Amino acid sequence: MADSQDEKVVNILKEKFEDQVLLVEQLYDFLTVTLKKDRIIEIIEHLYENPETKYQFLTTLFAVHYPHTDESRRTITGQASDIVVSNEGPAGFIAIVYQLHNMVSNHRVRLKIYLPEENPQVPTLTNVFAAANWMERETYDFYGVTFDGHPNLKRILNVEDMIIFPMRKEYPLEDQTREDKQDEMFGR
Amino acid sequence: MADTTTDIDKVQPEEKQYSYLNLGPTHPATHGIFQNVLKMDGEIIVEATPTIGYIHRAFEKLSERRPYNQITPITDRLNYCSAPINNIGWHMTVEKLLKTEIPKRVQYMRIIIMELARITDHVVCNAVIGVDTGALTGFVYMFQQRELVYEIYEEICGARLTTNIGRIGGFERDFSQKAWDKIDKFLVEFPKVLKEFENLLKRNRIFMDRTIGCGGINAERALNYSFTGPNLRAAGVDYDVRVAKPYSSYEEFDFNIPVGINGDVYDRFMVRQEEMWQSLGIIRQALDKLAKLPSGPFHAEVPEFYLPPKEEVYNNMEALIYQFKIVMGETDVPKGEVYHCVEGGNGELGFYLISDGGRTPFRLHYRRPCFIFYQAYSEIIKGSMLSDAILTMSSMNVIAGELDA
Repeated sequence: MADSQDEKVVNILKEKFEDQVLLVEQLYDFLTVTLKKDRIIEIIEHLYENPETKYQFLTTLFAVHYPHTDESRRTITGQASDIVVSNEGPAGFIAIVYQLHNMVSNHRVRLKIYLPEENPQVPTLTNVFAAANWMERETYDFYGVTFDGHPNLKRILNVEDMIIFPMRKEYPLEDQTREDKQDEMFGR
Repeated sequence: MADTTTDIDKVQPEEKQYSYLNLGPTHPATHGIFQNVLKMDGEIIVEATPTIGYIHRAFEKLSERRPYNQITPITDRLNYCSAPINNIGWHMTVEKLLKTEIPKRVQYMRIIIMELARITDHVVCNAVIGVDTGALTGFVYMFQQRELVYEIYEEICGARLTTNIGRIGGFERDFSQKAWDKIDKFLVEFPKVLKEFENLLKRNRIFMDRTIGCGGINAERALNYSFTGPNLRAAGVDYDVRVAKPYSSYEEFDFNIPVGINGDVYDRFMVRQEEMWQSLGIIRQALDKLAKLPSGPFHAEVPEFYLPPKEEVYNNMEALIYQFKIVMGETDVPKGEVYHCVEGGNGELGFYLISDGGRTPFRLHYRRPCFIFYQAYSEIIKGSMLSDAILTMSSMNVIAGELDA
């Protein structure tokens, strides 16, 4: 992945959305841009249409839950943690990750936004990418993120009458009554 | 000239009577658990409403409580027609996080296994396209060859379908001489059968009439729907992860990426058919490259993830510690965030791993190609016949395990 490509994308983003870019970082081989949540769809549309970038392929879209604890806060990699907290407030977050791909120049970029844990809302991407339809439904199904303007926002993999959003961290998987897996027994 | 309009043509569209057909969830023609409620006008599909999630097993949630070694068996059950690609893709993701150097020999061995898996995946898909068009014979011959590949897996890892092949860092053991012999035998026998199968269908008038122009999608829509793999290439886009973002030394290999034009069933069939030939070529190249390398290493130096040999466990303190740590799943990994993708049987299979430095992933997201391209299915089959819908589904190679995770 050429560094000049990375720079070009960052420059184009900063040129038009200077106030929206919170952090630019290189996570392993991937350019990752953390953005404010307000104009995300506009930014993706710009990257889609701008002849310089033309990110016209949505590789994947999904969510990550960072509950309101110091430990999970540290998981937000790099310097992102402080920046996100100072911008979005101190509560827990749900991050939405968009991975875009320009197939002509074979360059990828990852965009991240952080939504509040309570009642997360973001506009839908289905008007740009048809593929976002089920990806957003899946994200709603597992994290309860509401995508405004989505044509058919209902559960996709879980049963309709489920009342929780199971991928959130407050629903632990392992049986909590188990005593053989206590942390102190493993030096954790 | 006589008036040929009948009563039915005078009926206004809003008065038209539609019938509803429930296709699936368990119907032999869908080759998996898929439900589609079809709104039909005679035999023409007006609208299709897919319901998925019948075999949802919460893989992403399970992955958050499992140590890295124990996630491998979960990946088996994504696309179970080419389980080794999923296994090795997952191992490579962890290796990327750990920044492990993998010996060349292991990389070539992995390529052999992954290409064999791609062949079995395409064998299943193309043979089933034959079945759905009424040619059962080819299916039987092709499945006999798939059996040979499963015997190779058996020789290497002991399992057949859900293989759990390899470990983080390489393979659990070196390939035995018997395994190499079986690979050689497959390379001699399979091309003959593949050629015969291809001759049976490629220029067959019945097959061509049945598949050309059926279930097509153009490149623009396919890209908008985030198609990857053979389905995208059939629409004419030459995107292949093996070339776009080479992993496991694919950049050293010489192979072609076949593309179609119309993105219909016939093109998908032909793209998969050609990919099998290319895979055979890649396996031969890998064998040549292996012959030039000294035999020996079959895994990288990652003792935290690689079970030590039993005799060392009894005599060596460090080996004993690692044995316990691996078996109990108590190996910590560095903090980080990494995305790795491989060219699976159906397209770009991606693993998005976020590690908080603990024994399990903080978040593991699978980019499952089937899940993403199956949403285009209702658009593709709109306006086509019921029998074409069945054929379209089998040619897209929708695998329920990968769809529902």
